[in-house]
Amino acid sequence: MLSTLLAAAIDGLMIGVVYGLVAMGLTLIFGVMNVINLAHGPVVVLGMFGVYLCFAQLGLPPYGGLLVVAVLGILLGVLIYFVAVHRVLNAPHLSSLLATFAVNMMIIGIGTSILSTNFRNVDYSLGTLRLGTIALTGTRLTAAGVALAITAALYLFLQRTRPGKYIRAVANNRQSAELMGIPSRRVLALAFGIGTMLAAMAGGLLATIQPFTILSGGVYELKSFVIVVLGGLGNPIGALVGGLILGLIEGLVPVFMRTTWVPVLEFVLFVLILLIRPQGLFGAKS
Amino acid sequence: MTSESAATTPSHLATASQATWDRQSLLGLAIPLGLVAIFGLYPALQANASAREAMFTVLMAVALASSLNILLGYTGYVSFGHIVFFGLGGYIGFWVIDEWGLHLLPAALLGGLVSAALAFLLGLAILRLRGAFFALATIGINEAMKALVVNLPFLGGPTGLELHFSVYRNYGGPARALWLSYWSLVVVAVIVVVVSYLVKKSKFGLGLMAIREDEDAAEIMGVVAPRTKTWAYMLSAFFPGIIGVLFFFKNGIIEPASAFRLHISIELLVVIMLGGAGTVLGPVLGAAFYQRLRGLLLTTEFFKDIQLAVAGALLLLIVLFIPGGAIGWLRSWHRFPALRRVLE
Repeated sequence: MLSTLLAAAIDGLMIGVVYGLVAMGLTLIFGVMNVINLAHGPVVVLGMFGVYLCFAQLGLPPYGGLLVVAVLGILLGVLIYFVAVHRVLNAPHLSSLLATFAVNMMIIGIGTSILSTNFRNVDYSLGTLRLGTIALTGTRLTAAGVALAITAALYLFLQRTRPGKYIRAVANNRQSAELMGIPSRRVLALAFGIGTMLAAMAGGLLATIQPFTILSGGVYELKSFVIVVLGGLGNPIGALVGGLILGLIEGLVPVFMRTTWVPVLEFVLFVLILLIRPQGLFGAKS
Repeated sequence: MTSESAATTPSHLATASQATWDRQSLLGLAIPLGLVAIFGLYPALQANASAREAMFTVLMAVALASSLNILLGYTGYVSFGHIVFFGLGGYIGFWVIDEWGLHLLPAALLGGLVSAALAFLLGLAILRLRGAFFALATIGINEAMKALVVNLPFLGGPTGLELHFSVYRNYGGPARALWLSYWSLVVVAVIVVVVSYLVKKSKFGLGLMAIREDEDAAEIMGVVAPRTKTWAYMLSAFFPGIIGVLFFFKNGIIEPASAFRLHISIELLVVIMLGGAGTVLGPVLGAAFYQRLRGLLLTTEFFKDIQLAVAGALLLLIVLFIPGGAIGWLRSWHRFPALRRVLE
């Protein structure tokens, strides 16, 4: 029993790190420009297909494809920002929600017609690591490791580099940042690009773990909402912890009850956190 | 508005201006009602089932969007998961029709009341949240409810419920049952439009719009915001509950995926934005236009596959360039100030 629990917990934590990475993109965008990006799910799926196409068509190993996805992701993010988000930054919430949802519809519409809704999977194996009675799938372990590395890189970028500091300054107070000579338009575009890149890369990692279709994004988007609220909207490190919590729930709950109860627990928890601690589990009391 | 003009003009002029104001403002109700009546009667004149199905979709969008508009357009609270009331009402009504053999009409009313009751309970909690947090909470509630229904065996779990064919015998056969659900929907659509108009013209509606503009300022001016918002939320949940029962009775089958489809919720927002949020006529026009467009795209060979992308591009253009929707845009024509008074 104990080893079952341990195996389930480790499995959950590994996928949780990747969920955390998906959510980190969403929370970064919200933290910097107060926009809930409803095009997040489709971007995750584009990352999946990026890695899949690089692997199946070009023969690149998935982790090489991830670099391609990263570059394309940041460009796509900047494009989405200038087309759909920039004009509605100061409009009521409904405008930015609907503008990003419009992007969601366009990506899904074009994607469905080109890529169909068939299931795909990246047929790539890294073997299995055995620790006593616990078996760890190689691709899962690597995905978790890469996701942690990306998180660390993001942290260093935001804390130590000049563009990272610009992003934090704009997140803190856009007007003052502009008065200090920070080009807020470019910084916002960069932040949106990085948020989109994180989602696309997380999608690329998920593609090595699970089969997917063009419509899979909605699930990860909803999970990201839960994670982001757990960790506090706008807090990237909180998103990692939120991802771990969600992963643990998904790993451990099926040991005790039917898998179909997992989403019930997740969304009830989500609404409860919104009501009781809207600043997230780790946010300071406002 | 009337009291203002009475204060500044001599009394005999005041009554005259009041009369014209009333006539014009009644036109604001007559136009949307006329449209709904035309949509509603069209299948009866055609007397065919496919016209009825097409108009069922349009009228459903009219009624759902108009009820959501009470919360979204008048009060300014973005409910992304409003479809939860449609699904819950549908399930409750469907279940009592199937299990107890209750007639469609009381079942529909029950569905509406249960939805309103849920909105009351939810409202106590989530209406404290503002902006994006409220929108997220409504998504969470819809998903939680969908996941919960999947786990309830008496509601059929993930496969849902199917209506026993014998149920239709009480209505004189399936054909008459379908017409009954259609005519009930027409009546509901008319009632929703009238309620939407009355709310907009009432003191209650003014309170809602004050909350929309600035909730804190509204409270200082004496609007009891929590109570007012809860009423608006219940009102906007009541009608979707009824419509859910009518729709799923017509379909004869209900399942979690079709009852709580987040996508429909967002389509309703699109409909409202197309026509103009916070107007009576807007959701009616938006629903008719959106459903017509969707039908056209779906049946055109070239657009069939990318209809979603075309709809998305249209939505983006509207959000970016015409945020007031069709009615907001027409009302802002300075050359025809009369439009401002006629279009509500």
